[in-house]
Amino acid sequence: MMMTAEQENEAIDQEQITEADQGEEYLTFSLANEEYGVDILRVQELRGWEPVTRVPNSPDYVKGVLNLRGAIVPVIDLRVRFNLPVEDYSSLTVVIVLAIKDKKDGNERIISVVVDEISDVVKAKMSEIQATPKFGSALDIEYISGLADADGKMLMLLDIDTMLSVSDMQQF
Amino acid sequence: MAIDMEQFHQVFFEESFEGLDVMETGLLNLDNGDADNEEINTIFRAAHSIKGGSGTFGFQSISDFTHIMETLLDEVRDGIRDLTHEGINVLLKSVDCLRMMMTAASEGGDVDDSEVKTNFDALQNILGSESSSATEEISEPAADSTAQASAETVWKISFAPHKNFMQFGNDPARIIRELATLGKLSGHVDTDNVPEFTDLNPEDMFLSWDLELKGEVTKEQIDDVFSWVEDESDISITAMSSDVSSQTVKKQTDATVVKSEAVKAPVKAKPAAAVKASDKKEKSTPASSSIRVGIDKIDDLINMVGELVITQSMLSMLGEDFNMTRLEKLQEGLIQLDRHTRELQESVMQIRMVPISFTFSRFPRMVRDLSEKLDKKIELVMHGENTELDKTVIEKIGDPLVHLVRNSVDHGIEMPEDRLAAGKPETGTIQLNAFHRGGNIVIEITDDGKGIDKDVILAKGIEKGLVEAGAKLSDQQIYDLLFNPGFSTAAEITDVSGRGVGMDVVKKNIMSLGGAIETHSVKGQGSIFSIRLPLTLAILDGQSVSVGSDNYIIPLVSIVESVQPKKESLNMVAGKGETYKLRDEYLPIIRIRDLFNVPDAKADDLEEGLLVVVEADGKRFGVFVDDLLGQQQVVIKSLESNYKRINGVSGATILGDGSVALILDIPSLIRMSD
Repeated sequence: MMMTAEQENEAIDQEQITEADQGEEYLTFSLANEEYGVDILRVQELRGWEPVTRVPNSPDYVKGVLNLRGAIVPVIDLRVRFNLPVEDYSSLTVVIVLAIKDKKDGNERIISVVVDEISDVVKAKMSEIQATPKFGSALDIEYISGLADADGKMLMLLDIDTMLSVSDMQQF
Repeated sequence: MAIDMEQFHQVFFEESFEGLDVMETGLLNLDNGDADNEEINTIFRAAHSIKGGSGTFGFQSISDFTHIMETLLDEVRDGIRDLTHEGINVLLKSVDCLRMMMTAASEGGDVDDSEVKTNFDALQNILGSESSSATEEISEPAADSTAQASAETVWKISFAPHKNFMQFGNDPARIIRELATLGKLSGHVDTDNVPEFTDLNPEDMFLSWDLELKGEVTKEQIDDVFSWVEDESDISITAMSSDVSSQTVKKQTDATVVKSEAVKAPVKAKPAAAVKASDKKEKSTPASSSIRVGIDKIDDLINMVGELVITQSMLSMLGEDFNMTRLEKLQEGLIQLDRHTRELQESVMQIRMVPISFTFSRFPRMVRDLSEKLDKKIELVMHGENTELDKTVIEKIGDPLVHLVRNSVDHGIEMPEDRLAAGKPETGTIQLNAFHRGGNIVIEITDDGKGIDKDVILAKGIEKGLVEAGAKLSDQQIYDLLFNPGFSTAAEITDVSGRGVGMDVVKKNIMSLGGAIETHSVKGQGSIFSIRLPLTLAILDGQSVSVGSDNYIIPLVSIVESVQPKKESLNMVAGKGETYKLRDEYLPIIRIRDLFNVPDAKADDLEEGLLVVVEADGKRFGVFVDDLLGQQQVVIKSLESNYKRINGVSGATILGDGSVALILDIPSLIRMSD
């Protein structure tokens, strides 16, 4: 039986998806009862919260800088970044050290983010990731690359290159 | 054993560039007329090593080019020829040309063949003209060789390298390959001397060759192939047929290279096309910079490490069996450790220190060329060339200095007739001075030219909208206008300077090194630009201060003193600007807590805290902090590599307890508070 051109295309698409879609692993963490995920290959290390050195004249979500084996690394509070209610840090508060590639100058940078707690490592297949719905411009959804499902809970996958790049930090 | 020659290329290029600098300096000295034979010898030696090296490493075009320079220099050295001003000019241009070829070979890139050809011809012209007895003598065999070239000749070559042949970096295979390019090559290898395998040292040479070379080959061409190895091998070259068959030349090892060079003086002019072809083959190697360190500095380091090891073993012995009675011993050991660490650190930093003559050495040439171009008479005087600076600083200060010196030549020094009319000596003087002052290096560029006309600058500043008309500015503020982008006072733009591009870059470069530039000038008498640079970039002496729960480091070099403020000395300017009267000076006060919005600063009232008097850009300020902590050396870390530049902060450092402290940038703090 001959396939129509449309069917053929569909078949090829299917094939490509299964080939490329071994599924990427995401480190998931919670922020005010919401679940977020970052590409696990970008995670350098996890640390407990320790007081950091304040940096003057910085945006409020930049908590300061810490010493990561001799490198000076900025610490960003994701709750403040996402305009979520601020809570005191607890023993579960975790700092995730991430490697990002600056979108503007292409430099690799090391940054760290403060999150409520680490949840899990999940595999999400490309085919399972949904595009982020548009809510108008009120929310910072441009930093969310897609939505995935983790045990029935919605997981927001973060585009850290965009979120933590020069975009906002350099404005100050 | 095949030795990878590539690994030596970097060293060769570095040495050659140094050699070129030596040649340039020597030639300039010759030009000034204060040359002795030693000077010419130095130039000759430099040229000779470049030629030797480039031949060994297969940079044929460079080797050929240097060869003709060397020939000329050799004649000068032997007193056969006088070096005229024009001759020096040609040689200087040839040095430039060589530098260009060398750069092309090391970094990849194109060689300007016409440039090479022009210089080559110019050199040959000098050699060919002025028929001295020597040139005639030399041109004879050259004529012979052309005659021979037409006839097909069979050369019998016996080539017996010495045992240590390969230890000098020679490769017999390369020589044979090169011979094969000249004509039809046949022959056999003599392996009689090769020992048993167990006795064989792979770095020794046991082979010798009997070769037959057939083709339109001249003796000179063959000699050239062997010219780099004649000291390390027995070579005999005999013509089997043609009219020169009787001529047998046996070169013995004791013949010095220099001598044989003189014999081979006739110049083999390789066509430019060949030059290009051989250069194209060189693949570009990424340039990694290296540094030459004096053996005494290394010895110091090793001594220091030795001391450190002794201290360490003493401390570990103490630690094995410690009780409180030995506390004093432990403290003593720790003090020793502290001292040794500091000394070790200083010695390591010393390695990065390079004398500023690396930068200064380019100026005699530059001033000479520029003054010739502008028809001015200028003498350049340099002092303190041995002042040492961090290598990074040296590299970055070069361009700003070039700009300033060029400005002095172009704008500063007047034309000879104007100088005479103003009652000054016809020859202007530019002085370059480098010296230590405090924890800084100061470089001064002084000229005795017409000086800077403040009124002209101020008028220009007003015209450009940089200053409001009628504003009262201090001298320093007026001079600072010069460093604004697009500011030029030159009446007409020349190709030397005057476009106003530059001075702002000069200032930016100097500031990026943590330095400052000051200008002083007296109209009609000259100007002084003085550049102040930190000794090193990586480490600074700091005073740590606390403001609330924050700790900051103030570079010790910018601190003048610290005072406990008294209420009666505090004044308000226009109700908000605070000033503090210290002796007879009113110091503006910078409050870190306000500038940096420190939430938990303890001291609000001036009497509760301390005032650190700092100086930058010629201005003094009082920085108000809660408390002084300790003084310590800190290693500067960049904030920008992972974050961004923060106003008022030059970097960060890691304290003994692992926490981060920010280093205050005093000049930018002062600007922030303006």
